[in-house]
Amino acid sequence: MNLKPEPLVYELSSPGRLAAALPVCDVPKTPVPASLARTELELPELDELSVVRHFTRLSQKNYSIDTHFYPLGSCTMKYNPKVNEQAAGLSGWRNTHPLIGDEFSQGALELVYKLQESLREIGGFAAASLQPAAGAHGELAGVFIMRAYHLSRGDTKRSKILIPDSAHGTNPATCTMAGLTTQALASDADGKVDIAALKAALGDDVAGIMITNPNTLGLFDPNIEEIGRLVHEAGGLVYGDGANMNALTGVFKPGEAGIDVMHFNLHKTFSTPHGGGGPGAGFVGVCERLSEFLPGPIVAKRNGKYALEMPKRSVGRMKSFYGNFGVLVRAYTYVLMLGASGLRRLAENAVLNANYLKALVEKTYKVKYPRRCMHEFVAMGDLAEGIHTLDVAKRLIDYGFHPPTIYFPLIVSEALMIEPTETEDKETLDEFAEVLLKIAEEARANPELLHAAPTSTPIGRLDEVGAARNPVLCYRG
Amino acid sequence: MNVDKNARYRISHEYARKDGANVVAGISDHAQDSLGDIVFVELPSVGKTLKQGEAFGVVESVKAASDLYMPMSGTIVAVNENLQGDPALVNKDCYGSGWMIKFSPTNPSEWDGLMDAAAYEKEAGKE
Amino acid sequence: MPFVANSDADRRAMLARIGASSMDELFSDIPAKRRFPKLDLPEALSELEVMRELESMAAKNLTASTCAWFLGAGAYNHFIPAVVPAIASRGEFLTAYTPYQPEVSQGTLQAIFEYQSMAAKLLGMEVVNASHYDGATALAEALLMAYNAGGGRRKILLSADLHPEYKDVIRTYFEAFDAQLVEYSGEPAMAGADASTACVVVAYPEFSGEIRDLRAGADAAHAAGALFVVHADPIMCGLLKSPGELGADIVTAEGQSLGNSMNFGGPYLGMMGAVSKLVRKMPGRIVGEAKDAQGRKGYVLTLSAREQHIRREKAVSNICSNQGLVMLQTCVYLATMGKGGLNAVAELCWNKAHYAASRIASIPGFRVETKAFFKEFTVFTPIPAAELAAKLSRRCVVPGLPLSRYYPERTHELLVCVTEMCTKGQIELLVDSLTEAAK
Repeated sequence: MNLKPEPLVYELSSPGRLAAALPVCDVPKTPVPASLARTELELPELDELSVVRHFTRLSQKNYSIDTHFYPLGSCTMKYNPKVNEQAAGLSGWRNTHPLIGDEFSQGALELVYKLQESLREIGGFAAASLQPAAGAHGELAGVFIMRAYHLSRGDTKRSKILIPDSAHGTNPATCTMAGLTTQALASDADGKVDIAALKAALGDDVAGIMITNPNTLGLFDPNIEEIGRLVHEAGGLVYGDGANMNALTGVFKPGEAGIDVMHFNLHKTFSTPHGGGGPGAGFVGVCERLSEFLPGPIVAKRNGKYALEMPKRSVGRMKSFYGNFGVLVRAYTYVLMLGASGLRRLAENAVLNANYLKALVEKTYKVKYPRRCMHEFVAMGDLAEGIHTLDVAKRLIDYGFHPPTIYFPLIVSEALMIEPTETEDKETLDEFAEVLLKIAEEARANPELLHAAPTSTPIGRLDEVGAARNPVLCYRG
Repeated sequence: MNVDKNARYRISHEYARKDGANVVAGISDHAQDSLGDIVFVELPSVGKTLKQGEAFGVVESVKAASDLYMPMSGTIVAVNENLQGDPALVNKDCYGSGWMIKFSPTNPSEWDGLMDAAAYEKEAGKE
Repeated sequence: MPFVANSDADRRAMLARIGASSMDELFSDIPAKRRFPKLDLPEALSELEVMRELESMAAKNLTASTCAWFLGAGAYNHFIPAVVPAIASRGEFLTAYTPYQPEVSQGTLQAIFEYQSMAAKLLGMEVVNASHYDGATALAEALLMAYNAGGGRRKILLSADLHPEYKDVIRTYFEAFDAQLVEYSGEPAMAGADASTACVVVAYPEFSGEIRDLRAGADAAHAAGALFVVHADPIMCGLLKSPGELGADIVTAEGQSLGNSMNFGGPYLGMMGAVSKLVRKMPGRIVGEAKDAQGRKGYVLTLSAREQHIRREKAVSNICSNQGLVMLQTCVYLATMGKGGLNAVAELCWNKAHYAASRIASIPGFRVETKAFFKEFTVFTPIPAAELAAKLSRRCVVPGLPLSRYYPERTHELLVCVTEMCTKGQIELLVDSLTEAAK
């Protein structure tokens, strides 16, 4: 890891330096009116080698899947295949314009269509859109769809969405953006949706439920169809948050088990790279009665040709054009590489790896809901007096591991959510478990090692309070 | 956990204390402690009239954000400008220099319905 | 089997350790009748077969690299220096996660801080966030921000000359709210801002290519107590005054032009900036400076109390994953181009577009409608523009966007875009082709 401070690009700037080599103007010039012309442009001036060294050195301050194990629960940090990058880099994708017309973009439309169909099949849905740019964007589309469905039937009272208290923060935030209110549903003692609480909450003001299955505790709720039945009987719809699809490909089709609308995160289950925070892509699949509400345009196949179409009563465009196409290319490549049996083996190995890792550490790191987990499990990091999950997380860094997800879900205190994924080998899992146990020992014998961690990184724990009290959000020359 | 014996409290951890004809409000010691280091307080404009239980602002720490609710109905007559530059005042001295708003109550009888210091201490102690 | 590390022997050992007798047993929570459904999908292909398949599909598209290219309308054929993909493809950037653990993400965090800094200067804003999905969603969420900050004012004055898809996205986002979206034509100063107006919105330049008087627009909006929101072309900001300099309170932009491929519409880059008094209402991730216990300077995601993982249903937005890698590409682009380079690119666009416009205006039957423009202008055509576009595209000269694509009644208008990628020779080819096709 690069431990040396790296100056800001502005601090490396020197007047008159120029990296770009542009052509000479080959047409007569037109003067720019003084009233419009910019007089000052404060961008840095660097030569090309300085730019390359600067960003290369910056990259060396990062952990990444290519370099480190990242057991981040709920994020599915699996290997991002290089073949995806090669496929996405083809000139035929990069240089295609979204408005060139259906006649001239049959290749691109074909890819979107085939991915739509593949993901539909994986989820068990009747129709789908690939327009959303991320999981949360897909959630927003899904909630818009639910709202539009009820309004289309003259049912204007349904303004509330039920959300389990273990849900990801995007779920309630999404509802607010769609003008709906939320009501939290308590989980029962086993970490499942409390059926009695659900029955009590259902009514003619409930638009639906947003449910993650397996849930954020990594547990599959066997009552999923019962939950769906109850919600449907009360006139509501079931939204499935597909963030945990990595446990289910080829194993369970949510669309066949009562889920009316669901998003997948292509940057989770379908191996597209996280890129330091995106871009992602959000597939949205729906049951038959919701298909006319999908956001669009989507791709249809008519008489052997591919065409862009807007669903009849679409909730509208979620963004410009058709989705994060470059990300879709990667996901489609991945689906082709895995094939039907590969998709099932993906889930099997993800679940096996998680259960194996759980077995290695659960005597020391209490797992609140100890039954068989799916692709992830939630342990607790308060190992000793004065030791918190945060300390365990930071100490893991000193051993060369990215920490698991911490303090989520909110219903487990001192939560440590661990998801190894199927792309890690047994040796890595064994090593990680060993390190976790070692840290537990340190917590008892030498807790200062945890409190001071990390010490092997370019900077130690940052004063986030100071950063938020006096925000410095850009370079101040 | 400290309580100001001269103040009364709402279940959502705001306190109210009489100041002549006006009422001063802020958050309790229990609240500031659970929020952690406060980084920002959003306060209403002077002149705004709010009902009891309506949100008058937001208090933010690094890991949490909470709405602030009016302990009584009233019209805002002053806000603590010092919190802009030093939000930590809420952590250090929530009942004194960390006060948040001063308002003129529009329904003074609401005071009687608030918890006194002893009752609040008992309630908050349960959390 | 691709991408799964463990062998059968590994799996047997792991099952034994768990105390399970088979893989199937791991899924006993799933109702039997639902378990292991058939997937009606082809079996796995080898890597070389997959690439062959992808290459053959990709070849079925008409691309800018093989044509004389004059189509813009929200997605642009601009030069991308080789440094940009070289840096962005590094595994340490490409496969890194969102920088929630700052100690192991200083590369990503510092890059975001540098992007925020350069974008702020470019757009003339005090604060810029770490990205939104694209220009359209950035603008939609900027309007939600202005609406929520409007103290109860319900009216939003939208320029009718915004990109039609952007208007669609705005309407989708506002569907659930009680706002009044009203379109106005012409100059933003004449939009009719009054005490019920939360904000006035204009694009710079507009969809038709027209450059409006922003200063007058800002003054009129502010006089009515409304915010002034501008959606800008970021390349144009390298040559002409920034929206911030002209009075904008919130600026959005589509960053695809800054180092990102057209990619059939995505992933793109929603740029969003605002004046500092609005920062706590701004959606999206933001990076700030911070110090550690030893006084070393670092960077960290900050002002997180706005975001979904803390605020949940009270968050200003539900955005989680944004466009991290696309932002990185733009950051490297801006650092590589720098002050001199970006200005030079913008000047080339300006000069070539004005040259092309004067040449097209001299073709009988053709008229340039836009008065003040940067790289795009609207042309009135003697025969339906869609017909022209189809004819010419088949001969690898893509002349622009027929406006009938969005406005069916506007059959004789073509939106022509000229960037630094167009040569004089290609411009002459366009002129000859248009002349020929219109006969």
